[in-house]
Amino acid sequence: MAMGFVQVAITLVVIMLLVKPAGTYLVKVFSQEKTGLDRVFGPVERLLYRIMGVKEGESMGWRGYLGAVLLSNFVMLLLIYLVLRLQSHLPMNPDGIGNMPAGQAFNTAVSFITNTNWQSYSGENGLSYLSQLLAITFPMFTSAATGFAVAIAFIRGLVGRKDDLGNFYVDIIRSITRVFLPLSFIVALFLVFQGIPQTLLGAVHATTLGGGEQTITRGLIASLESIKHIGTNGGGWMGTNAAHPFENPTALANFVHILCMMLLPTALVYAFGLMIKNKKQGWAIFGAMGFIFLVMLVTVFVSEYKGVGALDAMGVHGNMEGKEVRFGISESALFTTVTTAATTGSVNNMHESLTPLGGFTALAEMMLNNVFGGKGVGLLNGLLYLILSIFICGLMVGRTPEFLGKKIEGKEVKLASIALLIHPVVILVPTAIAFLSPNAMSSIANGGMHGLTEVLYAFTSGAANNGSAFGGLTANTDFYNIMIGVVMLLGRYVSIIAMIAIAGSLAVKRVVPVTTGTLRTNTPLFSGILVVIILVIGALTFFPSIALGPIAEHLAMPK
Amino acid sequence: MKMISTAIRVSIGLMIICGFIYPLVTTGVAQVLFPKQADGSLMEAADGTVTGSELLAQGVDSPKLFHPRASMAKYDPTASAGSNRAVATPDYVKEIGDNVAAVKADNPGMTDVPADLVTASGSGFDPDLSPEAAKAQVPRISKATGMSADDLNKLIDGLEKSRQLGIFGEPRVNVNALNEALLKQIKL
Repeated sequence: MAMGFVQVAITLVVIMLLVKPAGTYLVKVFSQEKTGLDRVFGPVERLLYRIMGVKEGESMGWRGYLGAVLLSNFVMLLLIYLVLRLQSHLPMNPDGIGNMPAGQAFNTAVSFITNTNWQSYSGENGLSYLSQLLAITFPMFTSAATGFAVAIAFIRGLVGRKDDLGNFYVDIIRSITRVFLPLSFIVALFLVFQGIPQTLLGAVHATTLGGGEQTITRGLIASLESIKHIGTNGGGWMGTNAAHPFENPTALANFVHILCMMLLPTALVYAFGLMIKNKKQGWAIFGAMGFIFLVMLVTVFVSEYKGVGALDAMGVHGNMEGKEVRFGISESALFTTVTTAATTGSVNNMHESLTPLGGFTALAEMMLNNVFGGKGVGLLNGLLYLILSIFICGLMVGRTPEFLGKKIEGKEVKLASIALLIHPVVILVPTAIAFLSPNAMSSIANGGMHGLTEVLYAFTSGAANNGSAFGGLTANTDFYNIMIGVVMLLGRYVSIIAMIAIAGSLAVKRVVPVTTGTLRTNTPLFSGILVVIILVIGALTFFPSIALGPIAEHLAMPK
Repeated sequence: MKMISTAIRVSIGLMIICGFIYPLVTTGVAQVLFPKQADGSLMEAADGTVTGSELLAQGVDSPKLFHPRASMAKYDPTASAGSNRAVATPDYVKEIGDNVAAVKADNPGMTDVPADLVTASGSGFDPDLSPEAAKAQVPRISKATGMSADDLNKLIDGLEKSRQLGIFGEPRVNVNALNEALLKQIKL
């Protein structure tokens, strides 16, 4: 346990060391002024703009920006759907995989365009190599870039003086050429070095040491793994995701996976501080998120080390069910906390087999949905709670709430409330519907309280665009494919629409000068208020369902 | 109309760059730099036939060989799977209790049972055992092969891998490597 603690601490320190340089770099990437990066990437980007018909100088108001987001995402969704439906007729299918059925293809296409990466299929027997590239690896880049672009557009609205949020196409292309592609390429090579396959060859047949047979499936795995984590996507090449030795062969590969997941979400919070020219504000939000993250991490860590009481009494210490020896309990606990905080959704251990409190933590992070969070969207959700906190504080002290000199008024609070409420609605309502449907109930693998958590986890994962699962649930049914598909769409786009509308509304507001009466939002005190409001709203919304699931299960655990 | 054509051109353009050119270029470079890993870290017998991958556990029935951790996928890589058991249930505790009893029967006097030996792995292909879990199999293998417990323990110690960079992961020993070494000294 001591060594486990040391490796977790070292990982967190490295993450912290990368926040400032990565955040500074991000600001340059999205700067609307010329920077040194233009000399390196400019020529390539100008070529792409010409081919794709993008006008670099053309700025978009909030309606134009939102239109571009929705339209391009819709086109990509159709392309992905077509590839999945036609994969058996397309090339690069060495293992002879058939076409994906309609319901599952809808679910999968939505899942990857919304950055969720919920998988009701298993890659090694459900997708051709071409599908893994065009329907999976491709949207891993664009969904992450879209999230990034929306967050940057929102910040531009906050600090802007007119309705100009930038150019969506320039933003996604720049984030791909300047961040995602170069980083993914380097990380992919390191992962191959650690043992992840990267080959066009199909499965190989082996006669095992014990005289049996084994068919070893492989593919272009490393190039998917790198962007899977850099883009906080989470969908694995294989069914068992980053627990599979071909996706996560060593503890060092695991360390790099974790760094990749945390790098950009944490850096973006710092970049936010830089862009609004108020670094303290960035750190105030970082502090609130970091605090909740640490509490969650400690909960999983301790809970998994303690394991099940009745087994501990027999001499089996710690919970190793569904975990891998090379990671042990500490690296598994860290991975679980990071993947649900950063809304990645990849797993290096089976979440279904976590202890009740370990599973609770994963669930809770997705319910709060703003502990660093996925590409861009996490920061947006954090800012959503921030706007709400300012409003609540403003009401309490009787002042007009304002943020960065812009008044937070009825319109913004209404939009923020919609974005906030859609999350519990698309979790709790479908969960209730599932329990009323015998068909949906028959998908549950483990009965009782754990079964309730299985279904609740599935919809929470979809709504938070996370993608991890309690894997026992048979999710490849029409009910879950369609329901979770719709939940993922609403979870992603309702809040994006609301946030860009808020940005448009704030952008044209007059800036009020700071006075002694202004509520200061960049202090530790305010970070504390933010944490309390996040937790209180989360608890009020989700406590009943959590109490029936993991908490009841914990209390009934065999001692 | 122009909005739609831009959206289509950007989507198709990025699909080709991110979904096609990037993975193929990565494959080319990886195949040159790390050909063994890029093909799946395959193990070959003296005659060149593939005997498996260093990274994937294989099904082993013989009492003469080391057994990897339990696999819900039955060690078949075309359908990876974890057990997805709920651990806080009486059924699970009873089943693990049976596994514990079996390990203790092989190892009289053992009090702490290696957790990885009595549980199923996450992937279904965990290639490693903790050194303790490998050593708990020594009495059985010694009885079946006639090799001394001392020699078997030495074999395990020799193949034990420590934490990477001295920090990350857990001490472990690769089951395929153990069995390859063992097969040089015994016949199945």
